[in-house]
Amino acid sequence: MTTRHDTAAPPVKEGGAAPGRPPADAVSEQEVKRRAKLSRRWQRDVRWSPYAFVSPFFLLFVAFGLFPLIYTGWASLHQVELTAPTDMNWVGLRNYTRIFDDEFFWNAAKNTLTIGIISTVPQLLMAMGIAHILNYKLRASTFYRVAMLAPYATSIAAASLVFVLLFGRDYGMINWALDVVGIDPVDWQGDKWPSQIAVSTIIIWRWTGYNALIYLAAMQAIPQDLYESAALDGASRWQQFLHVTLPSLRPTILFTAVVSTIGASQVFGEPLLFDANKGASGGAEHQFQTLGLYLYEQGWVNQHLGRASAIAWTMFLILIVIGIVNYVISRRLRASS
Amino acid sequence: MTTTVTPPETSPARQDRRSRLPKSARAGGTLHGGPIAYAILILFTIVSLFPLVWTAIAASRDNQRLAQTPPPFWFGSNLFKNLEIAWTDANLGEAFLNTTIVAGISALTIVVLSTIAGFAFAKLRFKGRNALMLIVIGTMMVPPQLSVIPLYMMVAKLDWTDQLQAVIFPSLVSAFGVFFMRQYLLQALPDEIIEAARVDGASSWRVVWHVVFPAARPAMAVLGMLMFVQTWNDFLWPFLVLTQTGNPTVQVAVAGLGRGYTPDQSLIMAGALLGTLPLLLVFAIFGKQIVGGIMQGAVKG
Repeated sequence: MTTRHDTAAPPVKEGGAAPGRPPADAVSEQEVKRRAKLSRRWQRDVRWSPYAFVSPFFLLFVAFGLFPLIYTGWASLHQVELTAPTDMNWVGLRNYTRIFDDEFFWNAAKNTLTIGIISTVPQLLMAMGIAHILNYKLRASTFYRVAMLAPYATSIAAASLVFVLLFGRDYGMINWALDVVGIDPVDWQGDKWPSQIAVSTIIIWRWTGYNALIYLAAMQAIPQDLYESAALDGASRWQQFLHVTLPSLRPTILFTAVVSTIGASQVFGEPLLFDANKGASGGAEHQFQTLGLYLYEQGWVNQHLGRASAIAWTMFLILIVIGIVNYVISRRLRASS
Repeated sequence: MTTTVTPPETSPARQDRRSRLPKSARAGGTLHGGPIAYAILILFTIVSLFPLVWTAIAASRDNQRLAQTPPPFWFGSNLFKNLEIAWTDANLGEAFLNTTIVAGISALTIVVLSTIAGFAFAKLRFKGRNALMLIVIGTMMVPPQLSVIPLYMMVAKLDWTDQLQAVIFPSLVSAFGVFFMRQYLLQALPDEIIEAARVDGASSWRVVWHVVFPAARPAMAVLGMLMFVQTWNDFLWPFLVLTQTGNPTVQVAVAGLGRGYTPDQSLIMAGALLGTLPLLLVFAIFGKQIVGGIMQGAVKG
């Protein structure tokens, strides 16, 4: 779809024979038609090309995002087995009643919530503190920023495997360090809370630096004079942080909270690899099995894809609720500021 | 479900008013970090890097040494031996090639499509633009993991198990990319330049090719790197459709080492190290640009 260079409305040179613009009636009929055609093409181009530009994204999204998401809902009303994924038998809501009757579903939901809280809250608080420090004038500031992104470059698989060793009960470095300061060894895999803390640690380690950079970026966008007038009013540094920095960061904080919440609802790789022998059950007593892991266990270990779909849709509905809550909160924030 | 992040107003030209202020009254970026700030930062840096360094230490030891206390703090002599065994055992050569292909195709496609779509959203007027942009933002909130079951059924039907296209196609959807490029082009591409090209009679595609792509190049590079990292580290979906023995990506291969029946920890660490090293190198070289890109995407996000 190329348009010739001389299609635009403004002055078109006429071969150079006649100086200036030739009178309209000097243009041959053929030429008028040609220009009209080009002008139509031009209008078509202006009108339709935006849709052409955005359509690849939407086509891909419909094929690999929207359609599968909706089809998950459809599949959740059927019995589908992993061994024959194309055979679907209508069962109505039975998949949902089955999972809601399963204690391990509720266990996984609770674990997802607690691991979500243990991993998200300290992560964002630390990221805020680090960002605040990075906002000072520092020597070698780029070095710190790059170094704290190294965990982000590390894959879930590699990070989980290393932390499994560091958290080892008998020979792990963390228990050794605890022993040095006189604390009894902790069974980081076997016990409920320690195992959830350990899994959360992997998440915190990977994402704190990244979030710190996001906060830092938002802090740097705060106008300097806000601090100056606060300082002139006699506000201490801490008061400046409370009354200038935090309010300005509210949208960013909300944004990172939402992103982290969505991430936390999907936790899968870390608990899967944290006890590689138990795999999908998330520990011997399912003590750190998340919803993501439970979905995988139902679908790919027990081979009930229909039931796994019901879990996926339940998670989707939970996310919608979170989205609505987020929307309401942000509207309140906007209204109040 | 909208992202609620409104871009903070960009700071007006910083006045020199602050020079009149007493030193104690300065704040924010003008403050110099004290020793405590440095101490916290260095501690945080150590915590960030230590697990990676220790991966290398553990990879340079052997299984017996890792089953003793205290754990090793310095390198042993088995590093290259272990790296070699892990390389062969985990099929890492093929895994690297596969992952490079997948992440490369995915990053390149996302960058091109996102730039074009981002340009349309940022600079062109068309019916339904705002509604469509809201949909883009909404899709950012829906994690792709929720769609894996029908995708898996598709792959099974097409007989794509263990084939790279099974991983490539779903990875091409990136609402973040569209959003990122839109935000960049909104301010990096002056309307006048587009107008000028239009007046010269350039078609929309010519504008994209000759005006948008050159203007978007820095953001395209950053987005490409971010997407490459993301696809390289993707875990759940490749893990479902690729097998360790068939046609693994690096993540599948490394995870397979950990779940396999060779509980040799030093080998597992060697595999983890190999799987991480390429990206760490990229970050070491382009760290500044990546940091800049993340921060840029954040403020305008």
